[in-house]
Amino acid sequence: MVMSYVWVFLLALSLFCGLLNDAPDLGRAAMAGAARAVELGLGLAGSLVLWSGFGTLLERSGLQRGLARLLSPLLGRLFPTARRDPEAMGALCGNVTANLLGLGSAATPLGIRAVCRMQALSRTETATDEMCRLIVMNTASIQLLPTTVAALRGQLGAEAPFDILPAVWLTSALSVTAGLTAAAVLRRWWA
Amino acid sequence: MTGLLIPALLLGVSALALGRRVDVYSALLDGGRSGLELVKSILPSLVMLLTAVELLRVSGAADALTRLLAPLSTVLGIPAETLPLLLIRPLSGSAALAVGADLMAAHGPDSPVGRTAAILLGSTETTFYTVSVYFSAAGIRKTRYAVPAALLADLTAFLAASLTARWL
Repeated sequence: MVMSYVWVFLLALSLFCGLLNDAPDLGRAAMAGAARAVELGLGLAGSLVLWSGFGTLLERSGLQRGLARLLSPLLGRLFPTARRDPEAMGALCGNVTANLLGLGSAATPLGIRAVCRMQALSRTETATDEMCRLIVMNTASIQLLPTTVAALRGQLGAEAPFDILPAVWLTSALSVTAGLTAAAVLRRWWA
Repeated sequence: MTGLLIPALLLGVSALALGRRVDVYSALLDGGRSGLELVKSILPSLVMLLTAVELLRVSGAADALTRLLAPLSTVLGIPAETLPLLLIRPLSGSAALAVGADLMAAHGPDSPVGRTAAILLGSTETTFYTVSVYFSAAGIRKTRYAVPAALLADLTAFLAASLTARWL
């Protein structure tokens, strides 16, 4: 629903500015934009298919589960209540590792299962601190291989599409840290 | 370096999976099909938003917005052109992809603006979508501080992206 307002706002703003600027040919611009989107989307298709295939391979090879086991002691510290419940902890570790490996389609169902299980344990309609922590870790997106963006860069002629990796890692690390710190501070104001 | 990293990663994981008797090629094909679904699902949204973006540019609205936001961007030390991306990123993933692609195409994927856009896209998620999907599925009504904390993380990512775009 929000996007409907954004859409109407963008169109109204364009028309208004177009009238102020001697009415350039906006009809032509609309067609050009739409055509460019298809070019871009189809250009991305190859990379998206390749990396989705790689993602499924990571799942079936057991590498994702291995990484989840590796991370579970660390995550146990952030989620002391969930740690005592194998089902919640399993879903939670799966969610975080799926995000790390860029398996978006696997991460969401696991994250939902983790939050549902946490809710079943807390038996309230109010988000617990650990749920908020999980949300922040998901929205801050810690991803080792940002393949969609790399595909986009490649499509648009970047010299080395993956050379943004260190910058993405550092940026993600900073934003997750900021989010978790904010959560630790804000919880005092929300009883 | 990164030119060899990707094929090495593909080979490493494939060989390891084959060693574990996984049907590597079928896994790639099955996953690839879901990638095709992904293309199908984001394409309509890319079309709508790139149409809107093109209208904004040709009408002069994009220039006006950039001028309007210029003081804010000077305070934060980030390129003014990337500010629309900050606004749309938490709302819609494919809209952010469209705006980011437009920035990279207009300024060049290796320019400071293009790199900032790419780093931001790679290191953030669609915050409002994630919050609503997770909490509504679990029947949580009071989300407490989840949204402000997540938005603060997004803002941090934005500031960090413009810095790392220049230094890394």
